[in-house]
Amino acid sequence: MIRLSPVLAFAALVAACSPSPTTDTDLPAADVRSGYTFLTAETQAMQDDSFANPGYLWVDRGAALFGSRAGDAPSCASCHGEGLTGAAATYPAIDAATGDLLNLEGRINQCRIRHQNLPALDYESDDLLALTAFVASQSAGVPISVSTDGAAAPHYRNGRDYFFTRRGQFNLSCHQCHDENWGKRLRGDTISQGHGNGFPAYRLEWQALGSLHRRIRDCDAGVRAEPKAFGDPKYIDLELYLSSRANGLEMESPAIRR
Amino acid sequence: MIRDGMIAFLACLLTVACTPDSPRLVAPNQIDVDSIPLPLADTLADAAHGETLFVSRDGGHCVLCHQVAGLDAEFQGDVGPALTGIGSRLSPGQLRLRVVDYELVQPGVLMPSYYRIHDLYQVSDAHEGKPVLSADDVEDLVAYLSSLKETDA
Repeated sequence: MIRLSPVLAFAALVAACSPSPTTDTDLPAADVRSGYTFLTAETQAMQDDSFANPGYLWVDRGAALFGSRAGDAPSCASCHGEGLTGAAATYPAIDAATGDLLNLEGRINQCRIRHQNLPALDYESDDLLALTAFVASQSAGVPISVSTDGAAAPHYRNGRDYFFTRRGQFNLSCHQCHDENWGKRLRGDTISQGHGNGFPAYRLEWQALGSLHRRIRDCDAGVRAEPKAFGDPKYIDLELYLSSRANGLEMESPAIRR
Repeated sequence: MIRDGMIAFLACLLTVACTPDSPRLVAPNQIDVDSIPLPLADTLADAAHGETLFVSRDGGHCVLCHQVAGLDAEFQGDVGPALTGIGSRLSPGQLRLRVVDYELVQPGVLMPSYYRIHDLYQVSDAHEGKPVLSADDVEDLVAYLSSLKETDA
């Protein structure tokens, strides 16, 4: 009986802390729609025109960085001379050498450290955004295809938990808006399904290109939850869940989003 | 022993993460079925200020999800039900409970709780331990909502 009391205390805590029950159904694959379909025709046209789409400023900068070298170290193009078509559509992915889950930003930084003798770039720096956008743009039109089994499975579960957990002063989960209420209106905005297939994306609200983590931080702040740091493992796990949820959806980076 | 230690450790983590011991701002004896019959504050409620709270981003920003016909606010949301004439359908006590913490009677409901600090998770540092609205603001909002009467067409 003495051993039981901490168990009971723990159970009580879990009961007190567990997110309120909501439905726990994933978005049906047949319903998946890109954020593009929620844009006005004018904004869609801006995305489609590579001269009008400001995201290509970062893509062009990324192309230049991809081909440039510092000292004796190889450039990205030294190894990836034929480009990386389709690669971005498989991220986040498990790094075979370390077993870590890496998103595209993480993979680029790991390449810099491991193969180029260069320091990691700061998350959300223009150079990292530019390289990420350039690599992602080579997968434009390629269906997302991430793996969630094997070593990725626990990351997928963590990411799904993040998506379904109510949080913040407003006590809302990603799921409640982006699965259960997409298509409805929050004042002037239509709630999207919350896919990341356009990121890095040029967001009109930012007047700049930004990462998916920046977008997720805005959502967390919107429900008055404390946002995680850029590159936080919880966000990378969430990114994996988001990508798997959108498996089959075509990549659009650099997309335009509201 | 190891297991108990582990449980205590997990319990500590949970305590840090979600502050389950934050007090309930509304006591069980204030609740009558789906209603909080008595005002939360003694001050005279101000329905005009309640309307401002209903619309403003810094207030309740209720128009993000709800609509009221004739209200001077463009682009009213449609995630929640329309509240036109709601004062004829719900009593002030029922409206008060729904603004304060609808989860008291409908666990899992989408509607955020505007006067609650318990059982919340990852609340931002700026808002930790504070309800969205003060007791006075809740009363002003209840006064505004109660004033929305159905009109004979």
